Amino acid sequence: MIQYILRRLLQVIPVFLGTTLLVYFMVFALPGDPVRALFGERPPSEAVIVAIRQQYNLDQPFFVQYGLFLKNIFTLNLGVDFTGQPISASLARVFPVTAMLAVEALAIQAVFGIAFGLVAGLRKGKLFDSTVLLASLVVIAVPVFVFGFVLQLVVGVQLGWAKPTVGSDAEWSTLVLPATSLALGSFAYVLRLTRASVIENMNADYVRTATAKGLSRPRVVVTHILRNSLIPVVTYLGASLGGLMGGAIVTEGIFNVPGVGQKLYQSILRSEGPTIVAIVSVLVLVFVIANLLVDLLYAWLDPRIRYEK
Amino acid sequence: MKSNRQMEHYVAPLEDTPLLATDALKEDQAPLSLWQDAWRQLRKRPLFIVAALLITLIVIVALFPGLFTQTAPDNNCQLADSQGGPRAGHPLGFTFQGCDVYARVIYGTRASVMVGVFSVICVLIIGVTLGALAGFFGGWVDVIIARLGDIFFALPIVLGALVVTQLPFFRDNKSVWTVIIVILLLGWPSMARITRAAVIEVRGADFITAARSLGVSNIQTLIRHVLPNALAPIIVLATMELGVFIVLEATLSFLGIGLPGSIMSWGNDIAAAQQQIRTNPSVLFYPAAALTLTVLSFIMLGDALRDALDPKSRQR
Amino acid sequence: MSALDVSFNEVGMPAERPLLEIRDLAITFKTSGGEVQAVRNSHLTIMPGETVAIVGESGSGKSTTALAAIGLLPGNGWISGGQILLDGEDISHASEKRMIELRGNTIGMVPQDPMSNLNPVWKIGYQVKETLRANGRPSAPEDIAKVLAEAGLPDAHRRAKQYPHEFSGGMRQRALIAIGLSCQPRLLIADEPTSALDVTVQRQILDHLEGMTSELGTAVLLITHDLGLAAERADKVVVMYRGQVVEAGPSLELLENPQHPYTQRLVASAPSLASRRIQVAKDLGLKSDELLAPTEALVEPSMTENVLQIQDLTKVFKLRSGLGRSTDFTAVDNVSFSVKRGTTTAIVGESGSGKSTVAQMVLNLLPPTSGKIIFDGVDTSTLNSKQIFAFRRRVQPIFQDPYGSLDPMYNIYRTIEEPLRTHKVGNKVSREKKVRELLDQVALPQSTMQRYPNELSGGQRQRVAIARALALDPEVIICDEAVSALDVLVQAQVLNLLADLQSNLGLTYLFITHDLAVVRQIADHVCVMEKGKLVETGSTDEVFDSPQQDYTKALLNAIPGAKLMLPPEVA
Repeated sequence: MIQYILRRLLQVIPVFLGTTLLVYFMVFALPGDPVRALFGERPPSEAVIVAIRQQYNLDQPFFVQYGLFLKNIFTLNLGVDFTGQPISASLARVFPVTAMLAVEALAIQAVFGIAFGLVAGLRKGKLFDSTVLLASLVVIAVPVFVFGFVLQLVVGVQLGWAKPTVGSDAEWSTLVLPATSLALGSFAYVLRLTRASVIENMNADYVRTATAKGLSRPRVVVTHILRNSLIPVVTYLGASLGGLMGGAIVTEGIFNVPGVGQKLYQSILRSEGPTIVAIVSVLVLVFVIANLLVDLLYAWLDPRIRYEK
Repeated sequence: MKSNRQMEHYVAPLEDTPLLATDALKEDQAPLSLWQDAWRQLRKRPLFIVAALLITLIVIVALFPGLFTQTAPDNNCQLADSQGGPRAGHPLGFTFQGCDVYARVIYGTRASVMVGVFSVICVLIIGVTLGALAGFFGGWVDVIIARLGDIFFALPIVLGALVVTQLPFFRDNKSVWTVIIVILLLGWPSMARITRAAVIEVRGADFITAARSLGVSNIQTLIRHVLPNALAPIIVLATMELGVFIVLEATLSFLGIGLPGSIMSWGNDIAAAQQQIRTNPSVLFYPAAALTLTVLSFIMLGDALRDALDPKSRQR
Repeated sequence: MSALDVSFNEVGMPAERPLLEIRDLAITFKTSGGEVQAVRNSHLTIMPGETVAIVGESGSGKSTTALAAIGLLPGNGWISGGQILLDGEDISHASEKRMIELRGNTIGMVPQDPMSNLNPVWKIGYQVKETLRANGRPSAPEDIAKVLAEAGLPDAHRRAKQYPHEFSGGMRQRALIAIGLSCQPRLLIADEPTSALDVTVQRQILDHLEGMTSELGTAVLLITHDLGLAAERADKVVVMYRGQVVEAGPSLELLENPQHPYTQRLVASAPSLASRRIQVAKDLGLKSDELLAPTEALVEPSMTENVLQIQDLTKVFKLRSGLGRSTDFTAVDNVSFSVKRGTTTAIVGESGSGKSTVAQMVLNLLPPTSGKIIFDGVDTSTLNSKQIFAFRRRVQPIFQDPYGSLDPMYNIYRTIEEPLRTHKVGNKVSREKKVRELLDQVALPQSTMQRYPNELSGGQRQRVAIARALALDPEVIICDEAVSALDVLVQAQVLNLLADLQSNLGLTYLFITHDLAVVRQIADHVCVMEKGKLVETGSTDEVFDSPQQDYTKALLNAIPGAKLMLPPEVA
């Protein structure tokens, strides 16, 4: 097990380095003045340019710049934004909100996706199954921002069941609408994956053997079919976090959630390059670490992995 | 102990259990290749028929929008029509700018379909080539390509697009092609991964060893034997990704970092309509519905293809 | 006679009631092509404590019949007629609740493939424990260890805490036997319980199973494709063919006096029986040339040139063991033997013996770590790429898996034509003519040309593979388990084809197999391999009559049917 963790860590480090290097390279090492690259047509004040040059050590050789940039990421020393505010401070303010949103969305897609997928898989070919399958295709096809607007309009405005915008009071209850619209796309994938996995496991030899041992149907379903079906689903849930981050930009914008995504969205609107690069790098770090955690969870779920050579 | 039991010796009457020649060839069916077999299954599936019809329609709309509307979508927008309801010749009403919604939805098709189709073609070329090389040759080729893919993979696609579109080159040259390049840059790893996995699976088959022992060269083996057998998951993913990339383009355009405002596209229209969502939701609804329907057609096609090409359903 | 009647036989003892009686059973499956009756008019009777074997080829309905008895038919199959009486109670349409009561403690099961029948994510102990608990038996760690120990697993306490992937195939099968018998069922269904295991392990496991069931008084329904094994292990044999019972009776009587033509064919073809019969005949002083396959007699004395010489062949693989380190694994260890032109040499060994690695090296697909392979006087490692290309024409392989050895995208014509095209032999017209000839040679109709591999049976695919191998008129053919995956009768047919081709074309075979019974039927020379080393080599007669090594003896002993008393008539 320890060997497995070590090996995964060794694999994750180059990926993180490579990805941040990629981001950094694109912004700072491609031809052109990086300061201009970061701000576009609207040149910032001289003071900000000086601060940026200092923050990113633009007078140093490239790899020194990059090394210092990495150090800054890990120490959360992310420099200042357009208005001269430290980015890390505003990130600290908005990050918990997005974390809440992501956890809620992840929970929604996991719970409902697995439940629907399990039932559909167990009733393969029945009406429930084919309805759910077709519905899941439709859900996959609807872009997250369309969902956002529809939920906002129908549930928030017309039915008045929930607040259409979140504003400053981000809580579990007020985040239900944005979390739902964020979760829907991945929910359909979780459902389909669970269903496929359940069907495969239902036909597995060990499930037949478990039945032959005299176990009751619920026990067979829970301890053998569901338990084994979770293995690929968990991997997907980890990977879906990347999609959630992208979706959060849209969802937080629509529902006015004061989170990382909205911060990013505002930075895009204001063409604030440094803020974008800094936040994206932090998010990549979060994504990579989250996937590392998923890998560990995976090893816990599937004992074969732990001993793999 | 068991000897005192009577055991009869039973022989079934021969007329009830006629003996067939051992391992005779069934010659009653016409020969059928796997592709023909898949096609026969496909054309019976409602999901496939609906998807195929819709896609045909969408492609025609994208190629010849003039066939579907006489109204020019952007030239004669009258502010007087702003947010006007449907009326004769303008079945879906008007936008805030007073443009005809129906015409804009029709003319917006081309951008979406173009981005989707060309992105998928580019991703196929790069992803399949790299994935096939990595999977077939293994060793250091595999290590380099797989790690490179991991690096791009760890960049969530919308986040990556945010960074890339901040670059001066992309900011200054916004067009269909910059969007395609962004999608290619971030989209190839998943295609490469699935190709690599499929190639590795086929590579281990005995018929590949048989080809090698016949003296067929590596490249010939890859092209003639490995790739054709690895094609099914690639085709399915490509079809699905067509839908996914169209959504991605719309999302980027919605965020203002995709297609320039001068190009008519559903994403841009949805972004423009969000200001009026509470007063006139239908302006947002129609391009969103067109977008969803297009994506749904490709997702449905991919799903139908997956079922028809599934190796588990192949063995008869 | 109804099973509920208590009648008396001549001796005056109350007639026992059968434990399991299957009457006129019919099982139907719903498939994409409509409803298919997989089993009909099936009947068998098992008395308490008795072992009954169902023998048949794949698709004969033998497993389906057994699964019906424990209520485990796949979702698309159902019992469409007849009765299954368990101790007088008809369970053919029993409720799921009733079946759950019966499973485990009244009817147990030992499944076929030990690799796939244990859930990989649960510890072995847990999988025993849930069985005991579901059937209301004590399930403390001591009980679990006891169950495992009884099935012959040493160090059971520790083993219970391990996962299935930490077990070898034989140990997994022992764990499955432990589970199947843990609640002391009255009937045990054993579905090909050892066919996925190495032969020597097979014998141990079957012996152990026999010991346990006779001690517990458990009746056994044994499903197998091997008539020799069935006859050796069961009191009574039931032969199934295409969904029907064609013959049933006491084991020995059935072997000595088969009545139904299918049974007669089976008795004549079963390798274990043929091998046994040769042995019996030789014990009686008959000459072996009259008994062995035609190849033996056709070796002309003049053809004694060594076409292949293997000298000190060694292959070491580097295995990665964790971070950056690697250990050496010697798959083939200093192996030397030679193959005479026009003869068949068999390399016999169990999984992991290195026999297939030898084949790969002889085919020049894998470079040896050291040692030489001399083909027709030339060391193959010295060949340049052009010479290797020429070498490939002369040495061709046939593989085990008939489903994997043909490209599913190629039709049969392209498959057989590929070697000709690759080596630029002839033009389109002459190549087509050659393909037709080759199909004739392997006894397939020429219309097969237009078909695709998925339309052919395993045996037919193997014929196509043979035709492809023959296309370039090779001198040596390496058969890597080429008949192991085939049903008995098809296997016999393919072996006959190979023998005919050898005598017509003067081919040399290097036959890689785990099945000594097959070796006895076809090979002139035998090389026995164990863990990478060549432990014994000699002519087939020498090795079978007077094996020198314990390992060879164990292998020979493991051929099913060794205990049988058979008449020496030649089939």
